Amino acid sequence: MTFEEIKNQAQKYVEELNSTTNIRIGTPTCGRAAGALEVLSLFRRELEKRGINLHLIEVGCFGLCYAEPLVTIFKPGFFNVVYGNVDPESVGRLIEGYVEGDDPCLELALGTLEFNEEGAPYIPEVTRFEFEKRVLLRRCGIVDPANVWHYIGMGGYEGLNRALKMSPKEIIEEIKRSGLRGRGGAGFPTGIKWEECAKADSQVRYVICNADEGDPGAFMDRVILESDPHQVIEGMIIAGYAVGAKEGFIYIRAEYPLALRMIKHAKKEAEEIGILGENVIGSGFSFNLHVVEGAGAFVSGEETGLISAIEGRRSEPRVRPPYPAHKGLFDKPTLINNVKTLSYVPWIMENGAEKFSNIGTSKSKGTAIFTLAGKVKYPGLTEVPMGTTLKTIAYEIAGGAKEGKKIKAIQIGGPSGGCIPEDLFHTPVDYESLLSLGSMMGSGGMIFMDEDDCVVDTAKFFLDFVQKESCGKCTMCRLGTSQLLHMMEVITKGEATKEDLKLLKELAEDVRMGSLCGLGKSAPNPVLTTLRYFYEEYLSHVEEKRCPALVCKDLIAYFIIPEKCDRACEHCKLSCPVEAITGEKGQPKYIVQDKCVKCGTCMKVCPPEFRAVIKVSPIEKLKDLDLRKE
Amino acid sequence: MREKEEVELTLIQALINIQERFGYLPEDKLKEVATRFGVGEAHVWGVATFYNIFRLKPLGKTHIKVCMGTACHLAGGKLVVEAAERELRIKVGETTEDLRFSLERVACVGCCMLAPVVVINEKVYPRMSPLKFEEILIGYREDEEKS
Repeated sequence: MTFEEIKNQAQKYVEELNSTTNIRIGTPTCGRAAGALEVLSLFRRELEKRGINLHLIEVGCFGLCYAEPLVTIFKPGFFNVVYGNVDPESVGRLIEGYVEGDDPCLELALGTLEFNEEGAPYIPEVTRFEFEKRVLLRRCGIVDPANVWHYIGMGGYEGLNRALKMSPKEIIEEIKRSGLRGRGGAGFPTGIKWEECAKADSQVRYVICNADEGDPGAFMDRVILESDPHQVIEGMIIAGYAVGAKEGFIYIRAEYPLALRMIKHAKKEAEEIGILGENVIGSGFSFNLHVVEGAGAFVSGEETGLISAIEGRRSEPRVRPPYPAHKGLFDKPTLINNVKTLSYVPWIMENGAEKFSNIGTSKSKGTAIFTLAGKVKYPGLTEVPMGTTLKTIAYEIAGGAKEGKKIKAIQIGGPSGGCIPEDLFHTPVDYESLLSLGSMMGSGGMIFMDEDDCVVDTAKFFLDFVQKESCGKCTMCRLGTSQLLHMMEVITKGEATKEDLKLLKELAEDVRMGSLCGLGKSAPNPVLTTLRYFYEEYLSHVEEKRCPALVCKDLIAYFIIPEKCDRACEHCKLSCPVEAITGEKGQPKYIVQDKCVKCGTCMKVCPPEFRAVIKVSPIEKLKDLDLRKE
Repeated sequence: MREKEEVELTLIQALINIQERFGYLPEDKLKEVATRFGVGEAHVWGVATFYNIFRLKPLGKTHIKVCMGTACHLAGGKLVVEAAERELRIKVGETTEDLRFSLERVACVGCCMLAPVVVINEKVYPRMSPLKFEEILIGYREDEEKS
C-alpha cells in the first residue's frame, strides 16, 4: 500500500468513529491501579445488557492521574465530556444519562473535552491546561494505542512520510535547526549526535531507543509507550533513515509489562501495513525493530550500560570516548536516544523545525514533560513549554500542597537530581537553570515535599537507592556512596557532629569527581543540594538531635496527651501491632517507649475529635511531658 | 561473528523466560543456559545476580511487593515494609519457611499518586498503612487456609 492509500483507510476509520457515540476509558497502569478495568468490564456488561452497540475503546493516560479512572464520552453533535474518578456505581448513570439520553451528567464530569487549533486536547474547566502545551502528549488518552488506523487517522506517520522524501542529510539539518536536545537528562543536542553517527565509517549502524526508565518516581516514558507507542516507533524509523541504520532496538524494563505489550503490538501492526520491515512504505529503505526486555538495573539507563545490557552482559558503563556514535552496540556506530527525544522527531518532521524552536527558551527548545508526585493536590503528568517556572508547575498545574500544608521543596530528576527549595521556585525549567541550582533536568520526575517531609531523610533515601544500584566498577561510586549512606544514617540517628557535615560534603564532591558514568557523577546531588539549601535542617539533626519534620525514627517518639485521651476509647491500644500501649479502660492510655516500633498506627486511629497522639522530637522532650503528667 | 552476537543478544531474555516458567532461576537451568549459549557459568551467574528482577530462590505462593519509590517513601512506604517484616517474620527478599509468603521491595511501580502502594500477586493496593496492610494480610491468610 502507498502512504496515500493507508491514509485514506485510516481517515475512513476515524470518520466512522467520529460519526457515532463512543466511550474511551483510560486503562494505563495507573488507571488500572485505580480500578479502570472493573469500570471497563462493567461498561461492557451494561452496554450488552441494554443492547447498545458502540465503540468502547481502551486508551492511555491523559495526565490527570489524580482523577483516574477517567472516562470520556464522545457524542457527535454534542459536547465530548470527560468524567473523573468514575466508580462502578456511576457506570449505569452515565449510560442512561449521556449515551441513551442527552443529560451530560455534569455532577460526575471534570469538564468538556475540546481541541485547540493545533489539535491538542484540553479541558477548559481544568486550570492546568492554560499553562500546558501538549506536543508529545497530544494524542495520549485520546488515541487507541492498539490501533494503528486511529494513530494514522490522527496525523500519525505523516512525519515519516515527509522524512522519507528528504535526504538523510536534510533530516539531520532539520533536527539541528529545531534545537532539540536529549530528553534523557544531560541535554546533548540531538542533531549533532545524529550527525556524528551518520558520519562514522561503517556499513552497519544501529538505533537504540532507551526506555529503561529507572528513576523511582518518574513514569513519563511508560505513559508514552502505553498511550501512543506508534509515535516512538515512527521516531525510531526516521532516526534509522537519517543515520543509515537498518536495525533498531527498543530496551524496555520488564517492570513495565503493559508498555512492553503495547510496543510489541504496535510493532506487529506497523509491520503488517508495511511501515516497518522491508521497503518502508515503498521508499526502498528497510528498518527492523527489536523489542528487548530489560531486567531491572538503574545503571542500564546510562547509554553504554544499556548497550552492555542488550549485548547480554552486566550493564557496566564503559569509558567514553569512544562514544556510542562511533563504537556502540557490537562495536558498531550506534545512535542512542531516549523515548521522549525520539517521540519529538515525527512532530518536528511534520511541522517543521521552526515551529519547534519557537517553543521554549533560547537554549532549551520545545516542551518538557514532568511527572508530578508527592504532596500535591493534583499528581499526574504534565507537558509545558521549556522556561515555565517551577512556581507555575507547583501551584497552577499540580494545585499546590494538600490540606492547608505548605510546599517546602521539589526534588527534580530523582536520585541524580537535586532538591530545590520553595524560595527558588521562580526559576524557569530549562537545562542550564536547573544545573545552576545544582540539580538537573534528569528524567523529569518531580516529587513535591511539604513540611512533613524531612529533606535529610529524603537525601538518605536516594543514597540508599544509588548505593544499591551502583554497578561497582568505580571505587568512588561503589565505596563512596556506601560511606555517604553510612554518614547519613549516623546523622539521622543524631549521633553525628558538625565536623561530619564537612566530611560529608567533601566525600560527596569526591564521589562526583571519581566516578565514570552519570550514575556516580550525579549520585551526590541530593546530598549536596540539601546541604546547600537546607543546612539548618542538618544542624537540627546534629546539634539538637531533633528532626524538624518529625520523620527520622531515631529522633522522634510518640506520646499520648493524657488530658486529651478519651479514656473509654481503646482504638490505639487494640490496633498497636506490638502491644506497646497500656492503660485500663477509663484510664488514659500510655505508650511504653521501649516496646514502641514507631509505626504511627495509634496516631492514625486516634479519633479526630481527640487527636491525643502526638510526635515529639527530640526524644528528650518526653521527659518534660511525662513530668507534667505526674 | 554474527551468530555470537545473536547469542549474546538473547541471554537476558533467556533468563527472563526461565524465570517466567519457574518463578525463579534454578541452578541447573543456569548451567543449561551457559552450555546453550556457549559462555562460562560465571558469566551467566554474573548476569543473573546483577539485575534486580532475577531471583535465585522460589517465591512464596503469595508474593508481596512493597513499593519503595520516592513518592511511596515520602508517604510512609518504609513503615509498611517494617509492618510486613514484623507480621510475616521475614526480612525483605525472603520467603516464609512454609513457602506461603514472600516479601520484596521494588523501586516504583509507576502509580505514584496512589502512594504508598503494595502489590500482592499483581493486584495493586493503594494508599497503604501498617494497619491496612495487616488487615489485607489477614484476608490472604484466611484464603490460604480455606484452600
